Amino acid sequence: MQILIIILQIAVLLAVVLLHVAYTTYFERKIIGHMQVRMGPMRVGWHGLLQPIADGIKSFFKEDIIPEQADKPLFLAAPVICLVAMLASLAVLPFAEGWALADINIGLLFIFAMSSLASYGIILAGWASNSKYTFLGGLRSMAQVISYEIPMGLSLVGVMMLSGSLNLTEIVTAQGTSIFSIYLFPQIIGFFVFFIAMLAETNRVPFDLPEAETELVSGYITEYSGMRYAMFFMAEYIGMMVMASIGTVCFLGGWNGPFAIPFFPPFWFILKVYGFLFLFIWIRATLPRYRYDQLMALGWKLLIPLALLNIFLTGLFKILVH
Amino acid sequence: MEPIRIAEQLQEKFQTSILGIDEHRGQVTVLVDRDVIVKIISFLKKDQKMNHLSCLCGVDNKKRKAASAYMERFEVVYQLYSIENRTSLRLKAQIPESDQTIDSITSLWTGANWLERETYDLLGIVFNNHPNLKRILTPEDWEGHPLRKEYKLRGDTEWRGLEELKKKAVQLQQFDFHNASTAQGTSSDE
Amino acid sequence: MNETTTLDVPVSQGDEDRYRLKLGPQHPATHGVLRVDLELDGETILDCDPQVGYLHRGFEKLAEHRTYAQNLVLTDRLDYIAAMANNVGYCEAVEQLLAIEVPERAKFLRVMVCEMSRLTGHLLWLATHALDIGAMTVFLYCFREREVLLELFAELCGARLTTTYTRLGGVRQDVTHEIMMKLERFVDAFPACIEEYETLIDTNRIWLKRTIGVGQISGEKAVDLCLTGASLRGSGVDYDVRKHMPYAAYDKMDFEIPLGETGDTYARYRCRMEEMGQSNYILRQCIEKMPPGPIVGDDAPDLVMPVKPGRKVEVDTSARNGLIKLIDDRDVYMEGDIYVATEVPKGELGFYFISDGMGRPYRMHIRSPSFIHIGALATMGKGVMVADLIAIIGTLDVVLGESDR
Repeated sequence: MQILIIILQIAVLLAVVLLHVAYTTYFERKIIGHMQVRMGPMRVGWHGLLQPIADGIKSFFKEDIIPEQADKPLFLAAPVICLVAMLASLAVLPFAEGWALADINIGLLFIFAMSSLASYGIILAGWASNSKYTFLGGLRSMAQVISYEIPMGLSLVGVMMLSGSLNLTEIVTAQGTSIFSIYLFPQIIGFFVFFIAMLAETNRVPFDLPEAETELVSGYITEYSGMRYAMFFMAEYIGMMVMASIGTVCFLGGWNGPFAIPFFPPFWFILKVYGFLFLFIWIRATLPRYRYDQLMALGWKLLIPLALLNIFLTGLFKILVH
Repeated sequence: MEPIRIAEQLQEKFQTSILGIDEHRGQVTVLVDRDVIVKIISFLKKDQKMNHLSCLCGVDNKKRKAASAYMERFEVVYQLYSIENRTSLRLKAQIPESDQTIDSITSLWTGANWLERETYDLLGIVFNNHPNLKRILTPEDWEGHPLRKEYKLRGDTEWRGLEELKKKAVQLQQFDFHNASTAQGTSSDE
Repeated sequence: MNETTTLDVPVSQGDEDRYRLKLGPQHPATHGVLRVDLELDGETILDCDPQVGYLHRGFEKLAEHRTYAQNLVLTDRLDYIAAMANNVGYCEAVEQLLAIEVPERAKFLRVMVCEMSRLTGHLLWLATHALDIGAMTVFLYCFREREVLLELFAELCGARLTTTYTRLGGVRQDVTHEIMMKLERFVDAFPACIEEYETLIDTNRIWLKRTIGVGQISGEKAVDLCLTGASLRGSGVDYDVRKHMPYAAYDKMDFEIPLGETGDTYARYRCRMEEMGQSNYILRQCIEKMPPGPIVGDDAPDLVMPVKPGRKVEVDTSARNGLIKLIDDRDVYMEGDIYVATEVPKGELGFYFISDGMGRPYRMHIRSPSFIHIGALATMGKGVMVADLIAIIGTLDVVLGESDR
């Protein structure tokens, strides 16, 4: 019985998240469209509302082309690794009080582990395709992930110190009792570092180097088609949502809001995640792309020292308060 | 300085190497001997500040009607311009059919590299001391030089590579993209 | 399956760790069918060898077999982004060769279409250059304004891209009042549009990081590489054919040539942005100063069609009647040669003609700026990163149709 309930919960979560993925792509196209004085999708359904579904059906029925020279097992496995890692990290997210599939004590660490694992998928995709562009994309991705995992982890150390826990639910609860009831203000440096690292982790503009279309054609996904391509796509968007959720949980107070919404406790959580997603899309429409070495310089020379400074200041604050 | 003055100055300095001076619609052309072309151009570049190489191209004079006394089979035309003095001058180096070579001016302008390659490609004039004299606009295995007058506008034969291409197309027939079952069959065989 | 991984090029001893990448001819950032053979060490380019010729259509050979009037259509297919400017360049050259007079109004119309096509060319350059560096929104903003101009072209001559607008001795169609009104509206609105593009990228830190110091060349080096146009002026060399050898009605126009100082991608970007403002200013002068009169000269050897009755075009038809003559009949084609350069958006477009008295050019050589700019890529692309190479291709502003002819 217990297992059945959990399976049901997983199914519901999966359905909700995948629907969100589909409609995030829709809203991305719509929002960028309107920012660029055009309409975005308009043909399928009212104002193109059925477009994501049409896209899904299309990519599902497209031929799955495997290049002759590709390393077949790895080529087939890479998108699955990506998607599974991203989906797994959904399990520990607390959408509201008690609304988490697995409320484990090392939730934050688990998410880091999973997002690093997802980058294996990208690197393997780049390697296994046996194409020059994908290989360069894979290399870029590897360098990017290594350099940005560190500031990202360090930026959240401040949050851990303040809340005294790695459990995501406890982090949110701890924020509710803190001075501003969110960690954004006491951890403003940490948030800044986290936000930039978050963009880089999800390969979004201005850090979309692994798939820079004007340089590397499509980077690591150049040789993919059909459903496997869509898997990478889903992984990217789930990654965006996971990162937005982490930002919400660690800095914006999770499901806490100015007032409680009856019958639907995750309301504020979802609203904050939407805010993050909008920011992702807005940035994509605005900014150019960094160069590879500039990206490295930013990560190692600016973000890591800043994150370390944040840890130092947070520690000092804790000592002074107690 | 007026272009015609510059031409006269050239004649004084290089004397027998200057084969003639011509003016047409206000543009001055100096016909020169190909052996001294680098010397003349570097003189113009240094002393007359002709620092901009506007144009470099070759001409095939085979079917020219009114052939002048100096005219050889090929010419290489250099259009020089002085950005500072706003004067331009055209040089024409004469190249006989028996020895179709001329010295390269890539030592004076790096940009002349491609222009000379183009002239070689289309007219078959060989530039001595050129760092990389290869075909540029036509494929590397192209036969003949298209801008020569005996080269027909519409050729008699197909390009040699076409046969190879057709063979390749026949080879690729086994991956028949229209027939999904055979395509899957070949890929699963491997 | 992969027991033998063979490299496609023979590798000399000691060079095995170089990564060879053939960028193009099918690549989103090579502006057509440019192929660049790269040798990489990581992402740094050790050797850069651009390859052209994929679009070679033999225009120079073809021109020797067609009359002067027929060759005009070939020029549309050179720089297909700014076909009007090529038309004007070709006609200016042939007119000088054959000593054909052009009426004043036609000269102003030519300046007008030239500047309009300069705007379309620069807008497309900005759009693709920004897209290459990753700024996607600028792309569509630029196309919005470009669309207005292309619609005006369509109204003026019936085609958006392959215009064939000019004729030997004049232009094909006179402007209507409506076109002038639309153009005036565009000219009024355009400065605000330039500001809009600038708000997006001009002081954007990432844009500055990607452009300042990238592809830097000194003025001397730029002259050595035979660069022209904004690519040369970005390095501070004051050379613009419109000022140096004025053609059409440019000697009656008041405009400035913007110069850069540093010679990097940002300087060239600023140069072209300023040029757009100047073009807009020239367009305003065209609207104000447009003189009345015929649009085709009396001795034009053109195959101009007489205007059909009932067609509402405000043109002076008297000058055009009876002009349909076979070109070979005329005796104005003297023996001689000529080189005439014009300033197209990409740089100096020169036509070198040899006439031997026939109705066809004996030799036509096109000095195409794109061809020379791509040649310069081999020098400029060495030692930079792949991302910078893309930026440099963008900043040199090349069109392969013009390069390969």
